Order: sequence, then C-alpha cells, then structure tokens
Amino acid sequence: MWSVYQKELSGFFSGLVGYLAIGVFLVVLGLILFVFPDTSLLNYNYATLDQLFEIAPWVFLFLIPAITMRSLAEEQQQRTLELLLTYPITPTQIVLGKFFACVTIAALALLPTLLYYYTVHELGSPRGNLDAGAIAGSYVGLLFLAAIFCAIGLFASSLSRNQIVAFLTAALLCFLVHYGFDFLSAVPLFIGKLDNVIQQFGIDYHYRSISRGLVLLADMVYFTSVAGWFLYTTVLVLNTRRA
Amino acid sequence: MEIVLDDVSKHFGAQRAVDQVSFRAGVGITGFLGPNGAGKSTTMRMITGFLQPTGGQISIGGEPVWPTRPEVRARVGYLPEHNPLYPEMYVREYLRIIARVHGVPQDAQRIREVVAEIGLEREQHKQIGQLSKGYRQRVGLAQALLHDPEVLILDEPTSGLDPNQLGEIREVIRELGRRKVVLLSTHIMQEVQALCSRVLIIDRGRLLADDPIERLGARLAGETTVVIECERAIDAAQLQALPGVARVDLSGPTIRISVAPDKEVRPAIAALCSAQGWGLLEMRRESATVEDAFQAITRDSTAV
Repeated sequence: MWSVYQKELSGFFSGLVGYLAIGVFLVVLGLILFVFPDTSLLNYNYATLDQLFEIAPWVFLFLIPAITMRSLAEEQQQRTLELLLTYPITPTQIVLGKFFACVTIAALALLPTLLYYYTVHELGSPRGNLDAGAIAGSYVGLLFLAAIFCAIGLFASSLSRNQIVAFLTAALLCFLVHYGFDFLSAVPLFIGKLDNVIQQFGIDYHYRSISRGLVLLADMVYFTSVAGWFLYTTVLVLNTRRA
Repeated sequence: MEIVLDDVSKHFGAQRAVDQVSFRAGVGITGFLGPNGAGKSTTMRMITGFLQPTGGQISIGGEPVWPTRPEVRARVGYLPEHNPLYPEMYVREYLRIIARVHGVPQDAQRIREVVAEIGLEREQHKQIGQLSKGYRQRVGLAQALLHDPEVLILDEPTSGLDPNQLGEIREVIRELGRRKVVLLSTHIMQEVQALCSRVLIIDRGRLLADDPIERLGARLAGETTVVIECERAIDAAQLQALPGVARVDLSGPTIRISVAPDKEVRPAIAALCSAQGWGLLEMRRESATVEDAFQAITRDSTAV
C-alpha cells in the first residue's frame, strides 16, 4: 500500500499540475480572506477564522476533484491499471494508497493557512484573543471533509478514463453530498418533520458540529463510514475491470 | 514449473474472444502466434491474473490462478501490449517503486542487476517519457523481471523496434528462456523461428496448433516444393510420372513441382531434363516455413 502511496505522491509533485492546484487554492483563499473587502478578515472586526472555514469547503469542492481526477482515470487511460492489477497487491491496497496520498496532498495545501491563524492571533486585541479550541476543531473537521471528498473523487476517477469527466463527476457528487441534503431538507414537504434527519445525511451538518470545537463520536463515525463506503465502491469498480 | 490451461474460455458478451483453449508451457520460450484480434492478449491477460476467464482452469506451477491471489501473481512477470509506463517518472524511481510493490529484498542491488542485465545503464537517470521506444521497451522488461519471476508473459515485446534494438531485445529474451517459462506473443514469423522452441497458433479464439517448431513445417504434408526453370518447353506428364512427384504446376514463370515429404526427387528431375534436352537453368527446393504453416493453418480455419 505504501509503495502505491509513494508513487502517487511523487506523480503528483513531479508535474506542474500539483503545484498549480495547491497554488490556485492558496491564492483564492488569500484573496477572499485578506483582499476582497466583503469577506476580508481584516474588515470583520472580530478575531476569528470563521470566514476561512466557511469558504474552505467551497474551494475544496474544486481543489480535491482536481487532485483526485487523474489518480485512477489516468491509470485506465494509460493502461497502467492492467499492470497494477497483476502485481501482488490487492485492489484495496491500491485504492487506500491513492486515498491516503490524496488526503496528504489536501493536508499539505491546508498547511500554509496556519499562517492565517498566526496573523489573526497577532492582530487580536488583546493579542491572542481567539478561540483556539474551535479553530483546532475546525481544522479537524476540514481534514475529515477533505477525506470524504477524496474518497468521492477516487470513486469518480475509477468510473472514467477521461480526467475531465472524473473532475466534473467528483465536483457534482461532492456538492450533492455536502450541501444537497441541506437544500433537500428545506423542501416545504419535509419542514418540521424530516428536515433534521435529512440534514444529518449531509456533510455540512457534521462539519459544523465539529467546527464548534466538539469532536463527537457520532460525527467521526459519520465521516469514516461515508469515506469508507465510497472507497469500498471504488474497489468494487476496480474489480469489475477484471471481468 | 509449468503453465497449464485447461479448456479456458473468455466471452465478452456474445463474442468468444477465447474459446476452449488448452495447452501446457514449460521452461523455454513458447511462441504465441496469431493474427490481430485472435485472442492472444486476452489469453495472456487471463494467465497474469488481470482478466477473469469465463470458464476453464489456469494454473501456474500447480496453483490455480483464479480466483486471483497475490501469491500466484507474484510468480509472474508481465510485459503488456503497448508497454504501459508512467512517462513523467524517472527510470530509477519507477523501478524502485515497482521493487517495493513486489517486496524485493535489497532492492537497490537488484535494480542494479536488472538494469545491467538488459542494458539500461546509460539511460537509467532519464525520465521515462524522454526515452526512445527501444529503451522504453527495456524499462517495461525490467519492470517484469525485478522480482525474478519464474514465469514471463511478454505480449508483443518487439513490436515497433528498429532492427538493432530488435536483435538486442531478442538476445535478452533468449537468455531468459534458458531458465524461465516464457510465453511470447508476436506476429513476426522470423522471431518465432529465431527464438521459440514451441509454437501455439491461435485464431478467432481457437487454438489451431501446438507443436515443437520443427514439426510445424512437417504438418503441411506435400508442401515441399522443387522449383525449376528450363530453357525450352517441357512435358509435364513425364515429370508427373516420376516417383514421389505429387503435382506439377506450369502456371507461373517457373515450374513448381510439389513433392511428398522426405522424398528426394531432384536427381531424377535433373536426369530427365538432360535426357529430354530441356535445358535446365535452375533448380532449388523450398521447404515450408513457419510462415507457410501459419498462413495455411489460419486460412483453413477461416474456410471452416
């Protein structure tokens, strides 16, 4: 599994695309949080990073499909998947290796945003006047969110040999799983009856719960089982390539 | 060590890509011949554990290949058709990762060995995408050899190489065939004659021949031909009357005389020509080649 992980990471960073994806992610976040007046942390007058955690899922919606789109689609396009499947490793090891590589890349993209924490920490009045617990929780939430998006992205990438198709499928699926249930719960039919239950199917509900600084078992179970389910279906798709 | 296929079939929908194929291949180089789309690659993919057969049994060294298990796949080295590689990776980096996938102990040393064995030293620090086709083919071969497998499945390993590269790669394969079970698909006849000790011929998914290379030509009884050219018109009936002559064909610019196998008729023909004053200019014998055998066998199957 770790050899696949290593291969995936080196593949990502040996091309320009990897750096470009992470660079674009940081530029967009930086612009939104420090330059555009409507959303700027500097104009907000409170020492919080709420804006970051509000906006990051939207940016992830594009960043993570960009990371995952090539991982299996390209292997199928180049027919290297055929070779991978004849090596003495299981499809599960292939999928998990690629999954952890994608999560690592997402985490690396997130790493420089710790600078924002430092900035707001220094700007607070008095200095350091911000809720470190909630921010730590939000980072954990963001990582779990990235993990689910990666699992969805890998699944989308296994369905097609075309990277563009994989990207669009992944972005759509991520959007649906993240916000779709929220929108669905607002349909008048469900209000006051099932709306709370439906919301809990979506990522957003659990993400907000963790962002409050409470890392609850229920939310962890949610994140791992949704990611696990998408990874499992990815393995199933790879197995059908043998038929 | 042996690969055994027993009644193996692979259907894609209604199409029978491989239809009840059975053969055994032991140590040495077995050539796998057939026109494009005959089912060579599909058969090889089933042996490597990539494609699941629709029916039948495949075993390697007595162990069933299906349901596929990593331990059995580890005994096989595979060079697929079109040689898929990661063009953005460096040769050494790629080989190191594949060695790790196989769990090769002392991988650095083993990589050095393989790189030396197949002549990749000069190119080993380059990016795979920058290599010429011949060297890419060597990287593909190195990948298949890293874990020193007992079985090698090489799907058209020499396609698209120039004559020098061809010779070098063949030399490597010949060397490997001394110790390993090598199954090599190709549609180049000279290659089969140069390398293989056994030939399998497959067409439209059916196995049509499974013979040692020497016997394949002999399968075409009556196909040995003596070609003569004479100054003056000859009398076919007198040639036909010679013992051992099956048929005389006067339709071409030369006279083609079909002869039963193992019969030596040339002295009799020469004697007849000089006795009749036909003015014999040239005489040569054409024995059936693998190419003839291949064409005859696959043509028959089309006619059926």
